[in-house]
Amino acid sequence: MSKKVLDALTAKFPSAIVRTATANGDEIAWIKRDDLLAVAKWLRDDPAMAFDAPVFCTCIDWLDWKPQHNNRPPPEWGSAWNETKPRFTVCYQLRSVAHKHRLRLEIELPENDPRCASLAELWPAFNWQERETFDMYGIKFENHPDLRRIYLYEEFVGYPLRKDYPKEKRQPLVRRDDLPINPIKAEHK
Amino acid sequence: MGVELSTTRLEDAAKWAKQGKLARIPEWGRKFSLFTYPFVTACCGMEFMSVAGPKYDLARFGAEFPRFSPRQSDLLMIVGTITEKQGPALKRVYDQMAEPKWVIAFGVCASTGGFYQNYHAMPGADQVIPVDVYIPGCPPRPEQVLDALIMLMDRIQDGRGHSQLRLKREQVIASGTEE
Amino acid sequence: MADAQTLKQLVLGRKDVQDLSDTEQEPPPDLMTVNMGPSHPAMHGTVRIVLTVDGEKIVKSDIHPGYLHRCFEKESEYATYTQVFPYTDRLNYVSPMINNCGWAMAVEKLMGLTGKLPKRVEYIRVIISEMSRMTDHLTCIGASAMELGAFTAFLYFLKSREWLYELLEKISGARLTHSYVRVGGVAKDLPADWDADLTHCLDKIVGVIDEVEVMLNNNKIFRDRMAGIGAMTRADAIASGCVGPIARACGVDYDVRRDHPYSVYPELEFDVPLGTTGDCYDRYLVRVEELKQCIRILRQCQKQIPDGPIMVDDPRCSLPPKTDTYNTIESMIRHFKHIMDGVRVPAGEGYAFVEGGNGELGFFVVADGTGRPYKAYCRSPSFVHLSTAGQLIHDHFIADVVPIFGMINMIGGECDK
Repeated sequence: MSKKVLDALTAKFPSAIVRTATANGDEIAWIKRDDLLAVAKWLRDDPAMAFDAPVFCTCIDWLDWKPQHNNRPPPEWGSAWNETKPRFTVCYQLRSVAHKHRLRLEIELPENDPRCASLAELWPAFNWQERETFDMYGIKFENHPDLRRIYLYEEFVGYPLRKDYPKEKRQPLVRRDDLPINPIKAEHK
Repeated sequence: MGVELSTTRLEDAAKWAKQGKLARIPEWGRKFSLFTYPFVTACCGMEFMSVAGPKYDLARFGAEFPRFSPRQSDLLMIVGTITEKQGPALKRVYDQMAEPKWVIAFGVCASTGGFYQNYHAMPGADQVIPVDVYIPGCPPRPEQVLDALIMLMDRIQDGRGHSQLRLKREQVIASGTEE
Repeated sequence: MADAQTLKQLVLGRKDVQDLSDTEQEPPPDLMTVNMGPSHPAMHGTVRIVLTVDGEKIVKSDIHPGYLHRCFEKESEYATYTQVFPYTDRLNYVSPMINNCGWAMAVEKLMGLTGKLPKRVEYIRVIISEMSRMTDHLTCIGASAMELGAFTAFLYFLKSREWLYELLEKISGARLTHSYVRVGGVAKDLPADWDADLTHCLDKIVGVIDEVEVMLNNNKIFRDRMAGIGAMTRADAIASGCVGPIARACGVDYDVRRDHPYSVYPELEFDVPLGTTGDCYDRYLVRVEELKQCIRILRQCQKQIPDGPIMVDDPRCSLPPKTDTYNTIESMIRHFKHIMDGVRVPAGEGYAFVEGGNGELGFFVVADGTGRPYKAYCRSPSFVHLSTAGQLIHDHFIADVVPIFGMINMIGGECDK
């Protein structure tokens, strides 16, 4: 895959880019949180870039990150490999219909302030996907038209895809009247 | 409670043979004219479509017409995974059905949760409503579904579905005697 | 006016007519809220739509997905890479092999095995993917036709789907949720007589597709209910992230198999059907044409498939042969580590995508060097398409929700993951 996109992006917004990488066939650019909206707008409107098709929006929670070094550490991550990572990284993947190139924007967010600008006005597909990221990880998207839970019900407490939410912790809405809450285990005879 | 629950089919058949002919007719009619409410959620829905389709024909057992209203149906087939979000909807649908009603948990997700052990998939539909027949399988083969339907029909004939037993218990309590 | 009065008298009876005055014939001016779902025959899978209607016209809609959220991502973080395959089967459960192939491709990308798989593996994956795509389109068109009243089309397509299921069962062991693909290959080889079976099956299905086309294509009822309903412009489709048959019906010429070719698609000839108006009828036509193209691809694969191994020769992901496993300690330990710890994938992140039944189905995987993924996100096309459904049903009647939903082909498992 060509690096044209990354070069043009670095040339246009030198201060907004934290680093870029080409890894496993993808182009990735880490953007500072405050410059995200400007960068995204330029990526959509500039004719040479023309990223008009949104692909996905998700988040990575780095809380349990302990990479094994039995293989080599990925060279494209550079010095970032050994740094302590911020808690969350929001990823936006974009695609261009005309030029057929792809780009992933990654924004690092700290644990105590997981806010990010919403790209829902630029690409309508991100409306629901940002709601999903909010539902699962608790990332608050600023200026999102309708930020509420999408997969889970409103009574659900917590953000389940965070690494500190136990997988099997259920929060049931209804239960049968005759089912005991804590069934007594039968003793082995 | 005083109402016995025999468990083998041989005992069922013996009891059925002892019943008077007239007593068998209402249950016979009920079992061969089940109106199903296919509460389809997930992949088992594909197998439900196959069961209702031309090759594994559900119509020859009388359970042909799905009635998409709980008021008009008597067999609730819970097809697929039930999640916590779906729980209140499932309970409402079950409550709206008229007695006697039967429930089949189609697929292992509806029976026990399957291999989904997480914060949203309910470990079985029987967390919310009582189930008469459980069909394991992910998804179950259509032949398993037909076997389950025949099993349910035997239960209906004998009057041992959960809702039939509930009605019988209420009658026994109301009449003030124990058999 | 007088005629209406006598008619009402005749119909309702003299007493009741006096009870009802004419002003009560006006519908109430307020908007009404109607709830469709989550358990509803037209909501494939379970989705709840809260409609605000003005008479029968939809003014506002609020779609609530999530009734089938089975936590694919959370479960994947606790499962090895091979144990994730059954979870991927249940994502788009009408075309499960395609999801399997997509996940395998994502893991292989991170391991650096893309393009290094034996040719036979690639051909087998393409064959089963195209068969799954056929089951997807058959189910979608059949179910939509049934909801519009064309029950015969549904039964014919169900019959064809049964033939495909029998063949898929011979190949993989299960009718629906196969888990047939493995990282670096497939689980077992094709059975001996698959070629003859597939030819027989495809010949029959071609006949069935022709019959159903005759029934539906120029059927006035079908066309009236589908044509002009739920149209979307090309620009809207792109900005909303639509892919697959829905986007192609709007004129967006994007097919992952042709534009970002993977596996052996560069060696196969096929056309990508494009629509013009983007309404439901175009989506239906695009799907029928894609069925025919699937058959074309399958026939080419039958001729071109070579012999060879069914797993890449890389000890990082292939299990040793059973004779070695039972006789040498090294192979036994390697087998043990593969099963218990999983295929160890070097740390990194990557996104691999395939052309699913609904469009671009991708998996974004973050690996940390162990045998379990750190994060496994599924980019599901149904979720994106469902988000556009709100604007598609705007200003249509409630009865139009049925064909629109049917043609979007929202698969609950994929949408809610």
